[in-house]
Amino acid sequence: MTPRRAPYWLSAPALLLYLAFLVVPIGAVTLISFQNFQFYGGIQPGFTLKNYVEVLGDGYYWEVFGRTFGIASVVTIACAVLGTFEAIVLNRMANPWKGLFLLVVLGPLLISVVVRTLGWALLFGSTGLLNKALGVLGVAPVQFMYSNTGVIVALTHVLVPFVVISVWASLQGVDPAVERAAVSLGASPASVLRKVLVPLAMPGILSGSVIVFALAASAFATPAIIGGRRLKVIATAAYDEFLNTLNWPLGASLAVLLLLVNVVLLQASNRMIERRYKAVFAEGAT
Amino acid sequence: MAHLVLDRLTKRYGDTTAVDDLSLAIDQGEFVSLLGPSGCGKTTTLQMVAGFVEPSAGAITLDGRDLLAVPAAKRGLGIVFQNYALFPHLTVAENVAFGLSMRKVPSAESRQRVDAALELVGLVGMSGRHPAQMSGGQQQRVALARALVIRPALLLLDEPLSNLDAKLREEMQTELRRIQRATGITTLMVTHDQAEALALSDRVVVMHAGRIEQDAVPHEAYEHPASSFVCDFLGKANLFSVERVENERMVIGSLRIGIPQALAAHVRPGARVLVRPEKIAFAAAGDGALDATVKSRVFQGNHWLYQLESPLGGVLVIRQNDGGPRPDEGERVHLRWRAEDMRAVS
Repeated sequence: MTPRRAPYWLSAPALLLYLAFLVVPIGAVTLISFQNFQFYGGIQPGFTLKNYVEVLGDGYYWEVFGRTFGIASVVTIACAVLGTFEAIVLNRMANPWKGLFLLVVLGPLLISVVVRTLGWALLFGSTGLLNKALGVLGVAPVQFMYSNTGVIVALTHVLVPFVVISVWASLQGVDPAVERAAVSLGASPASVLRKVLVPLAMPGILSGSVIVFALAASAFATPAIIGGRRLKVIATAAYDEFLNTLNWPLGASLAVLLLLVNVVLLQASNRMIERRYKAVFAEGAT
Repeated sequence: MAHLVLDRLTKRYGDTTAVDDLSLAIDQGEFVSLLGPSGCGKTTTLQMVAGFVEPSAGAITLDGRDLLAVPAAKRGLGIVFQNYALFPHLTVAENVAFGLSMRKVPSAESRQRVDAALELVGLVGMSGRHPAQMSGGQQQRVALARALVIRPALLLLDEPLSNLDAKLREEMQTELRRIQRATGITTLMVTHDQAEALALSDRVVVMHAGRIEQDAVPHEAYEHPASSFVCDFLGKANLFSVERVENERMVIGSLRIGIPQALAAHVRPGARVLVRPEKIAFAAAGDGALDATVKSRVFQGNHWLYQLESPLGGVLVIRQNDGGPRPDEGERVHLRWRAEDMRAVS
């Protein structure tokens, strides 16, 4: 084994894993999406764009896509705002509290998605804790279950840690004296936040948001439980095509379209972040 | 009347006193350095003036105005931080303009003042760069321009040159002094680097354990240190103990040295006297010379640093690299110095 080959050998297990469990399934799903489905004959061999024509030509699927990316966009904005402030506060905490609250922030990720979502369902019900509390405050009950609001709240809860962690990582590299420099130049606390902290956290906010958007757009369990059977997003629609209608090719084409949109968005935002912040984080002098 | 006055300023953290009853007055246009080892309270003092640390007791006034009643953001002081603390997401021009935009200075005037500040610090043509694209010395200049452009009543420098390499540091010392003179701005600098403090300041305030040990012009502080701490901290020192006084002469080991006028009041048995290493010369053997053996000899470019062993203990000698005698390690030599170069140390 020559030293030049060593890196390939060392990365071979990981590469094989990706090949077997990522590339092959995605390839298979993509293939199926181009095959024909007959109600009495099942999947037929051959090549057809029929499924894509059906999805893109049907207003029902446009509505599903619209709802999916609408929910993902609102969740992304909510996570970006909440997560950024959480990270800024967390970054200022002294040590025993910092570790404790980081654990609290990461908490949702440590709990099984089904358990966590059913927990939300308990809180959300028409006689749930949340609506009872609103009743005490004199606010009219809010329809959380089977509504976009409920899905957005539950998804934001679980996805906020991704923004907190990435914003926190970018704040770690910021000299604390920078804040004091801004204050010494006459900046009010609001100006320090708006002109210094948020811009410096921006790479973290953007990269965290990209992750949140991708995860929110492809989330399954939360929309399935909180949204119910009626309030479909792409992931639950594809699931129903696969397991209820048994129309695998149609479900596969939905999955492929979701993947495409996610990949395009991720790539575009990564390019933008890199271009925008190249000069800011350039190493060394010219 | 003094411009900046610190009156019995004290800062306590729990049981430890970081700054202890410190009083200091600085005149308009003066450049004063707080000098001391880390933990002596100099940085805490600066931060109390800047408004980042609340004093436990005492007062700070600027032009007779109570500074402690004003929040940090409204004090209008120019501060240069140790790591420059530039805004990495802004260009050089935007960094310098930050304080002006906080003051809502109209953009035409702001541009003019930014250009003038960049010219003052010698950074013309760099306004579009980001800090990460600049060298340490250039970043230092940006930080200085950013602090000066708001026309502060007072300039605070926190270890401004400690992150620069030796050559650049010397260059920036000259620059800092030039800029401070050109603007006539009252300046308070904090440093642990004695060379920096001596080179830049009108007055050096040596601090130790939260208190002022000596407050004097640099040459005076070096030549006439007020305490053994100061003489140790400022430059290198040889300290000898006077054994007794005989016939108007002080006896130090085998040496009998006539007491100079300036020392007359201080010399008594047990008193300690100081001789700076550069004041000691190699001489011929004879009465009044101290016999010593060279332990080590280190070449430092423009001078040689000798460590010698004598009956009085270790002796440090610095000789200019001027072609004079330079004894080898292990050689026996005779040391001589003028009685007037001796200083009493309390």
